[in-house]
Amino acid sequence: MSAYHIAANKHRVTRLLSVKSESSTVKTFTFKDKQCAKAEPGQFLMIWIPSVDEIPLSVLDAEKDGTVSIIAKNVGEATKALHKLKAGDAIGVRGPFGNSFTIEAKKIIMVGGGTGITPLLFLAKRIVSKVERLRFIIGAKTREELLLINKLEMLCGKGNIVATTEDGSYGIKCLATAPLETLLAKENFDVIYTCGPERMMQKVLEISEKHGIALEASLERLMLCAIGLCGSCVIGKYRVCIDGPVFTGDQLKEVKGEFGISKRYFDGRKIAL
Amino acid sequence: MKSTRLSVNLAGLKLANPTMLASGILGYSAETLESIAEGGAGAVVTKSVGLKARRSYANPTVVQANCGIINAMGLPNPGIEEFSGEIRTAKNRLNVPVIASVYGFSEEEYATVTKKAVEAGADAVELNVSCPHVKETGSEIGQNPEILKKVVSKVKTAVKKPVFVKLSPNVTSITEIAEAAVKAGADALTVINTVRAMAIDTETAMPILSNRVGGLSGPAIKPIAIRCVYEVYDSVKVPIIGCGGVANWRDAVEFMLAGASAVQIGTAIALKGLGVFGAVARGIEAYLKKKDYGSVEDIVGLSHRS
Repeated sequence: MSAYHIAANKHRVTRLLSVKSESSTVKTFTFKDKQCAKAEPGQFLMIWIPSVDEIPLSVLDAEKDGTVSIIAKNVGEATKALHKLKAGDAIGVRGPFGNSFTIEAKKIIMVGGGTGITPLLFLAKRIVSKVERLRFIIGAKTREELLLINKLEMLCGKGNIVATTEDGSYGIKCLATAPLETLLAKENFDVIYTCGPERMMQKVLEISEKHGIALEASLERLMLCAIGLCGSCVIGKYRVCIDGPVFTGDQLKEVKGEFGISKRYFDGRKIAL
Repeated sequence: MKSTRLSVNLAGLKLANPTMLASGILGYSAETLESIAEGGAGAVVTKSVGLKARRSYANPTVVQANCGIINAMGLPNPGIEEFSGEIRTAKNRLNVPVIASVYGFSEEEYATVTKKAVEAGADAVELNVSCPHVKETGSEIGQNPEILKKVVSKVKTAVKKPVFVKLSPNVTSITEIAEAAVKAGADALTVINTVRAMAIDTETAMPILSNRVGGLSGPAIKPIAIRCVYEVYDSVKVPIIGCGGVANWRDAVEFMLAGASAVQIGTAIALKGLGVFGAVARGIEAYLKKKDYGSVEDIVGLSHRS
């Protein structure tokens, strides 16, 4: 029953500090905003591309001096327009919104797919020096889509990273969920953190249930208001913008009829993911 | 339902307490309506539903104002065919009245959608004739007493269930509109919908909402809503549902003293969560006890005595 903070929801306009290509379809954007910089790993921002759209994006990094990084894949009209922006261009920001990953566990395994690596990398950065064990499975279709893998290797140490690609162009040729089974059989973990395509996370949930291990997964839905009023992001009884975007395995079991299956469209209809 | 201090009879609908979910907030799915009932609402009003599916406007659809929010969602809804299923499920799962908010682009559309909503189990309908940001429906109907009369009459002949009409504050004389709605058969009036409003970003010199104009809700509009309820109470005999900026029991009581039999809550959910309904209801009850009133109905319109 969290309530939103008016200061965070207030519309601000800031100028992009930098824009960097991570792959042919993904870019990292940085800007300064003190409110956004209070984001915890898992939280998201609403980014306004003036005269085009406003979309939810997960925070990649937030620093004490107010610098914030976000990642966007060019997938639609809004992200296409965002990708055209350069350093110095104006964007609007609201947030941070939603909950964040709980940071208590000592033995951690993360499973990130595609741009889903974003909140996990942020989380890893915050906790890597404090935990006993941190293994990271990063998966994508191809080598090019293994985003930020160099950053990840530097942060966690190459030995802690397992990379998978569907076409075998890098790491192991398999889905990200295959090495998860292997690692869980070999070592003890307190929790799995995951973010990525929902079918992947659905499989991760299955595996977590089988191994009796806690899970936290970050979900994505169509988001309009981001403050729990419009209902566009609902999954079961939950509002992803307020009750999520991070959900526990137990919560996801309650919404099995929708998790990995459907989402709400712009007219409120349930459509296949 | 056992009768208590908080029970309200609203044009035949029995509410355990006078708090209701305002239309447009959540209300897409039976499950979220159920969460709102669990939060203590005495009744729920669905998102406005029309004949056909309608997409939301591009974002931004919501912008924060100093004491409220401005929204221009664009009446997104899956259309009555699809939505009938949600109404049916909601009726099965909720133990509070379910009121379907209905909009249309003609009298016939209002009547057709109303009929289908009632067939699906809606206990009443609330006609949205006051949406400030969609053309050719909404306030263009609610600002014209002649058109409004036609819409309400047509809907009244289509169903036997109570028909509420949600009025727009964006008019010169709200009493003229209220009288027209009641003359045409409205069983209760919801007063008020959002106030037409706008926000412009100073850095980019651009309107922030993609639709440019939207509707202001929240504490900023409460004094306007109180005045509207007060005026409407003097001009018609049907029950009034107060709406606009209710965030705590004191706001709710103020609406009742002005003449409202019940209150709707929407924007305050963002600030206080779904438990706001129960909190407001408990506060009203404590007020009634302290002032020694046996029923919440005793305070409706009380400020008119002075």
